[in-house]
Amino acid sequence: MKTTIPVGPYHPLIEEPELFRVVVEGERVVDIDWRTSFMHRGIEKIAENKTYDQIVFLVERICGICSTSHPIAFCQAVEDITGTRIPDRAKYIRSVVAELERIHSHLLWFGLAGHYIGYHTVWMWSWKYRELVCDLFERISGNRQSYAMIKPGGVRQDIKPSEYKGIMAAMDELEPKINMFIGAVLDDPVILARLKGVGNLSREDAIKRCTVGPVARSAGVDIDVRRDFPYAAYDLVDWKVITHEGGDVFAMAVVRLLEMLESVKIIRQCIDQMPEGPIIEEILEVLPGEGIGTEEAPRGECFHYVRSNGTKVPDRVKVRAPTYSNLPSFRSRFTGERVADIMIILASIDPCYCCTNRVIRIEDGRSVQTFDEKSMLEMSWERTRALEKSLSHTSGRLLKL
Amino acid sequence: MNNVDPVKTLQAKFPDALRAVDEKSASRVYVSIDPAKVTDVARFLFEDLGARFIISTCVETRAGMEILHHFSFDSMGVIISLRAVVPMPEPRIDSIAPIIDGAEYIEREIMDLFGVEFVGHPNPVRFLLADDWPEGVYPYRKEYEDKYPYRTEEELEEVRDKVRKRGTK
Amino acid sequence: MSNLTRWGLKKSPWAFHLNTGSCNNCDIEILDALTPKYDVERFGITLIGSPRHADVLLVTGVVTLQTLPRVLRVYEQVAKPCLVVAIGACACSCGIFDGSYHVVGPLDKIIPVDVYVPGCPPKPEGIIDGVVKGLAKL
Repeated sequence: MKTTIPVGPYHPLIEEPELFRVVVEGERVVDIDWRTSFMHRGIEKIAENKTYDQIVFLVERICGICSTSHPIAFCQAVEDITGTRIPDRAKYIRSVVAELERIHSHLLWFGLAGHYIGYHTVWMWSWKYRELVCDLFERISGNRQSYAMIKPGGVRQDIKPSEYKGIMAAMDELEPKINMFIGAVLDDPVILARLKGVGNLSREDAIKRCTVGPVARSAGVDIDVRRDFPYAAYDLVDWKVITHEGGDVFAMAVVRLLEMLESVKIIRQCIDQMPEGPIIEEILEVLPGEGIGTEEAPRGECFHYVRSNGTKVPDRVKVRAPTYSNLPSFRSRFTGERVADIMIILASIDPCYCCTNRVIRIEDGRSVQTFDEKSMLEMSWERTRALEKSLSHTSGRLLKL
Repeated sequence: MNNVDPVKTLQAKFPDALRAVDEKSASRVYVSIDPAKVTDVARFLFEDLGARFIISTCVETRAGMEILHHFSFDSMGVIISLRAVVPMPEPRIDSIAPIIDGAEYIEREIMDLFGVEFVGHPNPVRFLLADDWPEGVYPYRKEYEDKYPYRTEEELEEVRDKVRKRGTK
Repeated sequence: MSNLTRWGLKKSPWAFHLNTGSCNNCDIEILDALTPKYDVERFGITLIGSPRHADVLLVTGVVTLQTLPRVLRVYEQVAKPCLVVAIGACACSCGIFDGSYHVVGPLDKIIPVDVYVPGCPPKPEGIIDGVVKGLAKL
């Protein structure tokens, strides 16, 4: 007998209002449907009446967590039209800000994922270390989120040399913690049992459904905008693209954790090598033309297309956030999975629905029986407890916090 | 497909379908095509040359609705954008969603916002706009007149009444 | 409202978080208030999963066309008295999204608001401050 379980809107675990309808037979998922026009604010239309400088503030607020990715992609699209080459110092600053954002985003995801499977202390501790990064942003830019650091032609604010020591100290504090999280994930048999083999996505499916970012890389697809279409300072420092062949939620956790270590490496090199010089190459006018800017956001490739008509405002701004390209992979990931694993699979692509404010699919509207939303979370935690019992293991034992 | 020049291969394979090739830079190429050939060219890029489909864009111009399909050749560092212009007032083009799974949502989004018909789309239902957004009103068209929904107190009171009548189950 | 109820309300308010179409910055800062650095739970403020038992409604976002009926429904469900807190520039005034075809807000056009916490996003300290000031008002 098929049952439909609505998850959301206003599910307490997923901050954005998002309606998923999951159709199950017994304990297994047979289909998934979703609807989200809740976040649609008409940003691209608003952009047609804003100047290029103003649009940076607008696109920063597409999504709070990728709040540097959209401005960088947009500014690169404008620089693509004008042919502007930004100063070297601006390149390094853009990389520092983007990598700090990657660390904060992955820590956020890691905490929530831990909470979803019942490792509540993981949430508290990883968000505590995320505060380090938020504080750093507040010192560098003046705001914990939405930093307003990027501007077409370079960056809006400098990172003062007096801040370098603080940034390096934060990296020194973060690195051992990230290593500890990695060790805990790789060695904990309950986490392995919960996440390995769950939400599988094959390499062929990942390519067929055009996935991007850690979702693609965790299925063995070797793509990363920072290496394939180098921007900012990524071709000036030494780092590597992290891939994994697993294709499951565990693989995605590993990729994100290891990427944080690479981000620490990149930030240290950028601060070490930071050149003197201007931080902006002013763009005084944007002649008619079109440009594309791409950027590797924490969730994957962020794509902006801009068409200019020679006036102060653009003709058209098209934004494609990474989650938009990753949601189709749900079709492959959910089929045959347990109901108790729905929450963690939903969370595993690190969805940013506000980026994807337009992903909608009309539900079929017929539901046979509905479950309480709270029970979805409890089902997930119950599964973890059952695994702990069968493996005789206490959760978080290896997390020496 | 590492040593293949995708642009030259396209030009050799579709000499009639390609109307213009604009190599704006080493990593940005815009190829104008005959709209009738969009599925053939898209299939060739996606299936034969192994490009990754990024997204589609729609821009309203004086010549009509311009549909751009953006493809990425990651290992070569090139984005090729196919450009097809379809005339108003009833813009219509073949859907590439049956070939490329990742194109399904963006074509539905363009249908909602611009009113372009994607012929052969597997699921051409409303995607992006709210349930009670009126049919046939395309907010991204230049002709769209601003009608702020529920701006007056009377209109808001109507919605409050509806909600009260439905109950708070 | 009796003094006992007033005392009970002030002592351990239960908060329901409602997102009406926001970029998520404000929502993350609300969740941040629960983390050890700010730790609102020591004041007895907890986030709950259903609006029916809520004393405080923390609302973020511009109120999009799609969320409008649901916002009204949640407000009907909430037991009064309930403190409605508009968090962030979007809930207070629509912020930069004002004038969009899909935006109905700001929040005080839709439901009565008791506390406005401006900011984009407001810091967790600001959110806690707003809630505490509002509770004192009740």
